[in-house]
Amino acid sequence: MNRRTLLLGTGAALAAPIVLTHRVALAQQATITGAGATFPRPVYERWGTQAREAAGIQLNYQSIGSGGGINQITNRTVDFGATDAPLSADQLRERNLLQFPTVMGSVVLIVNLPGVADNALRLTPELVADIFLGKITRWSDARIAETNREIRIPNLPISVAYRADASGTTSVFTNYLSRVSTEWQQGPGAGTSVRWPVGNGARGNEGVSNAIRNTPGAIGYTENAYATVNRLITTQLRNKAGRFVQPVMASFQAAAAQADWNRPGFAADLIDLNGENTWPIVAPTFILLPTNPVADRVAGSRATMRFFDWAFRSGAQAATSLEYIPVPGTVHDAVRAAWAEQVRGPGGERLWPVAG
Amino acid sequence: MQQTVAATSTQAPPTGERIRASSLGDRIFEGLCTGAGYLVLLTLGAIIVTLFVGALPAFERYGAGFIWSTEWNPVEDHREAYGGAVAIFGTIVSAILAIVFAVPVAFGIAFYLTELAPSWLKRPVGTAIELLAAVPSIIYGMWGLFVVVPFVQMNIQLTFGEALAALPLVGFIFETTNFAGTSLFTASLVLAIMILPFIAATMRDVFEQVPPVYKESAYGVGATRWEVVSKVVIPYTRISVVGGIMLGLGRALGETMAVTFVIGNANRMPNSIFDASTTIASVVAMEFPESLAGSLKQSSLFALGFLLFLISFIVLATSRWLLRSRLK
Repeated sequence: MNRRTLLLGTGAALAAPIVLTHRVALAQQATITGAGATFPRPVYERWGTQAREAAGIQLNYQSIGSGGGINQITNRTVDFGATDAPLSADQLRERNLLQFPTVMGSVVLIVNLPGVADNALRLTPELVADIFLGKITRWSDARIAETNREIRIPNLPISVAYRADASGTTSVFTNYLSRVSTEWQQGPGAGTSVRWPVGNGARGNEGVSNAIRNTPGAIGYTENAYATVNRLITTQLRNKAGRFVQPVMASFQAAAAQADWNRPGFAADLIDLNGENTWPIVAPTFILLPTNPVADRVAGSRATMRFFDWAFRSGAQAATSLEYIPVPGTVHDAVRAAWAEQVRGPGGERLWPVAG
Repeated sequence: MQQTVAATSTQAPPTGERIRASSLGDRIFEGLCTGAGYLVLLTLGAIIVTLFVGALPAFERYGAGFIWSTEWNPVEDHREAYGGAVAIFGTIVSAILAIVFAVPVAFGIAFYLTELAPSWLKRPVGTAIELLAAVPSIIYGMWGLFVVVPFVQMNIQLTFGEALAALPLVGFIFETTNFAGTSLFTASLVLAIMILPFIAATMRDVFEQVPPVYKESAYGVGATRWEVVSKVVIPYTRISVVGGIMLGLGRALGETMAVTFVIGNANRMPNSIFDASTTIASVVAMEFPESLAGSLKQSSLFALGFLLFLISFIVLATSRWLLRSRLK
């Protein structure tokens, strides 16, 4: 009996400081949960690691795919959703969501052609569309040779590889194909997964790049970040201005500079823009935030806004190092204004700016 | 005399107070066990109901046509249309081809283990086969992608492909423009290796059940070993062997990860076994994460899941029925 009291006493004495420090930690650290797009996962994770120290916010991001993210935020099981394809104004209103962009990314074409160097192959939009439509079946095709007089292309059959899992990358790429080819627009169309006329599907960016590495004569598409990190062989592409551009940061930024963000839900369209040096396949990725968070999610919504506010101010460098393009500062201010205007607590009070 | 009486009295049943079977602990235990038993039925029923309810919008929209429509177009506008024929065809053909590849090898293994192998080797080989069944399917998928796919591409398609395509009558089965190595054929090959242990183990077990007296009589009248196996063992075990094959077929039908890696995931009707195709399990795994709750696409994926459930159920029920004499 005596011993037990002693033990209990010691336990309480030991536990007291733990409880105290824990409470302090809770006050500093807010945990937010997000789910959705796989495309921006690397940059969100990097921001999450940095923000834990810098802003005291712990981010738990599950890259389950844009569709899953939209489902989860519609059911309010997470603090924010993330999607690559923007929702329309109607969809946003119906689900009581606010949409804003975080970063932009680009999609590049990757090939496996023995003897052809990185960024050496020149492709026109017509060639890309016809290859993915299955109308050009060999690399020795006269039309390919015509735009590539300086390099020797091996005479191989063309093997098309695409993402088998429904993905934002596919959505961006098929949007581009629909924009540059009427036949593609009326045939397969644009979406997170489409009815591909030819080729093989592989799972994820890693699946596509593996399929291409294994098959001489293969062509596919992937996110630029993935292609850069894995040193895949990319191609040049002719843009709307008629110039062949290389998939490098400068040409992505040239595209980003042309974007028109004054659209409902900040749904800027960066596909096939005008401009001398613009890379034609660039797209923003978006966050979905409830405009009417339920009472127990108010703190999460506040922390989410604090997190992205921090990311807008200090996350540009991390984004650029991962080959993403930060959105311009004017957009940041517009997003903050939208937070203040649209996001309301259960009592109708503004949740942004966060007091203190 | 006295002693005998004493002895008989000790043998009489004890008449003391017994703990009655209806005491609380027993009743709780009985309740828990019964509950566990019903839970299985409930879970199975709940899965069927969930799948069917989820699939209802697709079935209402397309009716039975869902089963034979080859149109699978998830683009969300006037083009949107869903039909399961390609996935159903891919599922059934890849599973049947896998059986075609696996059964002869499994028969060889079972024949070797029961008739030919020296007794010290029977156990290690038998264990190795059972271990093969324990390899997770994702491992088969990776191995398939990094080893089998390049092998099929380089050593089968590029080497024999044209010769096979030039064959009269059956050449069209091999004629293709797909040189990526991921194809219906590769998927069947990987599946065959995955289901091999199930079929081989069942075959070995049923071969061993043949009463020795039958085989010894056959040997006694001068039958060769091959005659004993083909005239005595196989006729005796025929139905159980088919049951074992159906068990393998059941696994091949539902396999997801390994197939997804190597089949090429193309929702087009394949013209040859070297063309890319897809299976129900693989379509569901690929498309589900991006499908919006309540959309026609998600409902169609549920419908595919429901059909796969039905197909697997029929196959497994058939195998249980054929194996019923052995499983008693």
